[in-house]
Amino acid sequence: MRTGGDTGEDRTVDNSAVDIRGVTKRFGDVVAVDNIDLSIADGEFFAMLGPSGCGKTTTLRMIAGLEFPTEGSLRIFGTEVGTLPPNKRPVNTVFQNYALFPHMNVLDNVGFGLRMQGTGKADARRQAAELIELVQLTGMEQRKPSQLSGGQQQRVALARALVNRPKVLLLDEPLGALDLKLRQEMQTELKSLQRELGVSFVFVTHDQEEALTMSDRIAVMHDGELLQVGSAEELYERPVNRFVADFIGQTNLLDATVLDEDMIVLANGTRVMAPNPHPAGTKVAMSLRPEAIRLGPRGSVPAEHEATSLPGVVAAMTYLGHALVYRVNIDWLELEVRTETVGAQDRLQPGDEVTLWWDRTADWVVPDE
Amino acid sequence: MTLTHNRPIADTAVATPEFEAANERQKRRRGLLLALPAYAYLVLFFAVPLGIVIVYSFATRNRFGGTDLTGWNIDSYTALGDSLVRQVLLRSITLAVITTVLCLVIAYPLAYYMATRRESVRNLMLVFVMIPFWTNFLVRNYAWYVILGTDGPLSRVTETVGIGETRLLFTQSAVVLGLVYGFLPFMILPLYASIERIDGRLLEASRDLYASGFQSFRHVLLPLSMPGVVAGSILVFIPSLGAYVTPEILGGAKTTLLGSYIVTQFLTARNLPFGAALSAVLMVIMLTATIVYFRKGGRTL
Ligand SMILES: Nc1ncnc2c1ncn2[C@@H]1O[C@H](COP(=O)(O)OP(=O)(O)O)[C@@H](O)[C@H]1O
Ligand SMILES: [Mg+2]
Repeated sequence: MRTGGDTGEDRTVDNSAVDIRGVTKRFGDVVAVDNIDLSIADGEFFAMLGPSGCGKTTTLRMIAGLEFPTEGSLRIFGTEVGTLPPNKRPVNTVFQNYALFPHMNVLDNVGFGLRMQGTGKADARRQAAELIELVQLTGMEQRKPSQLSGGQQQRVALARALVNRPKVLLLDEPLGALDLKLRQEMQTELKSLQRELGVSFVFVTHDQEEALTMSDRIAVMHDGELLQVGSAEELYERPVNRFVADFIGQTNLLDATVLDEDMIVLANGTRVMAPNPHPAGTKVAMSLRPEAIRLGPRGSVPAEHEATSLPGVVAAMTYLGHALVYRVNIDWLELEVRTETVGAQDRLQPGDEVTLWWDRTADWVVPDE
Repeated sequence: MTLTHNRPIADTAVATPEFEAANERQKRRRGLLLALPAYAYLVLFFAVPLGIVIVYSFATRNRFGGTDLTGWNIDSYTALGDSLVRQVLLRSITLAVITTVLCLVIAYPLAYYMATRRESVRNLMLVFVMIPFWTNFLVRNYAWYVILGTDGPLSRVTETVGIGETRLLFTQSAVVLGLVYGFLPFMILPLYASIERIDGRLLEASRDLYASGFQSFRHVLLPLSMPGVVAGSILVFIPSLGAYVTPEILGGAKTTLLGSYIVTQFLTARNLPFGAALSAVLMVIMLTATIVYFRKGGRTL
């Protein structure tokens, strides 16, 4: 094992709050986390996003020290933490189901970490009370966790972690158990709390909307692999592969083959213009967001969009008030197209032959896995 | 909308107060009928003999070893203050406490280990804990008698190793060893049951909040497993206190315990009132322990 920190070169790499290099975690035959590299900056709101079972919790647990990597190096503020036990790491966790101590009241739950570090009882209580105030639970100090609502328990869990002034706060789907309204409220609160404290938050979620709205950067995971790390905009507009394109927001993925650096051939033989970096013959998918597609009666396509258009037949239309959603059949696939609402007489009807077109910059070609 | 409208109407149609009450009454009657054999059994073979014991404790022993059920008095209870009796009582309680503590110390790590294994391993280990029950308690005590004897296997081993022969049989240590061996499962099972129920993430949370392994045990695991600790302790303490077979077989003359002492009063000294008074005292101690058990641990079992 490399001990790290012994060469100047190592130190320069280590400015980040959390630095994960080539980390793999296996449980028997299951590869929960597969050789990931990840750097989380100090003060960053970092989300880890992916479907259930993709290895988010395992990654978080390795940072917390509740699980040790099978391979690779893990550093927190430059210090290799490899197999350091959780109580020796400057990080704290808000657990998925809060894991509040049922035999202690709110005050003792929040003060627990300080007490374990040797802070006196009175001092621990005072600091705990401050945090309880911060999460707006003043008056609830004497209650047991079982006497609190889900949202209140969530706040206690947050206070219990933050009272220790961790350098990194790990949150494992902290809002997963809350109803929608409370969830949105907490999203805003968590975000402003994070800004105020300037602490790195590593936020695990399977909800892409939550990740997109809250985070500075997002890591998308799938089957233990880290697929892409980037800002919400990068992930939305420039996904690296089919999975990310599909997972982030809503999109239409059109199977295609690369013709040259400017053109691709769709599965039904239509040639469209789509600048791409892939060698000719590569199987790709073209991502088209529903709101990026426009449509009109067959042949109505403006000349400048001729190269980025394709024929289709309207299969269904849904009125959403502010928007219209069309399902349009293009031989092998049904696309979703979202337009602004127009008067009833201008709406296209099922069975109408139409042409779809889009801006040259609106599509995005990803390798087909 | 129609659904919420219909609901209350349907409810009131079924649940009139009279109907509810009649229903309740019938349920209670049926319950009583089913419990009757058990009640009858308990009254006949437990409450009645218990009453007889208490009545006898206030009676007088006559010169011929019989008991006169006239001239009630509390002489048998004042006799409890006798130094020999106090010694026996104190020794019994001490050995019962030592047995309980030893069982706790041995059983806790084992119960924790069991509770944190995979389901299949857990069940296998539970079977192992129960295996001793397949053999008669008396036989198992005689097995220890043989093992601990001066010519027994244990002594042979220590001799061969060069420590010299062991003289454990007929000592208090032998009695404690026998009691711990006999009652250990009664400690393991409730401990296992209560530890198994604890959410492992609480222990992880405590470690995440800077608790060392020991602090995590002290502040989270132990308090949360307290019902099991209390239940197990009482389940071991009570039979240890009244133990008869084990001290009889493994203990010597100098290690008379309450159980044996009571038997002697009834069968040898033929002092039935005094034996009855001793039994009553034993029962009071056990009753107190049982109340503690139901207050603190009983709920979770
Ligand atoms: N302790 C464990 N033992 C065996 N397999 C595990 C363990 N923890 C997680 N896994 C497996 O590792 C994979 C990733 O799990 P996890 O990190 O919990 O996913 P996520 O949090 O993204 O839903 C899953 O296939 C899961 O079954
Ligand atoms: Mg998870």
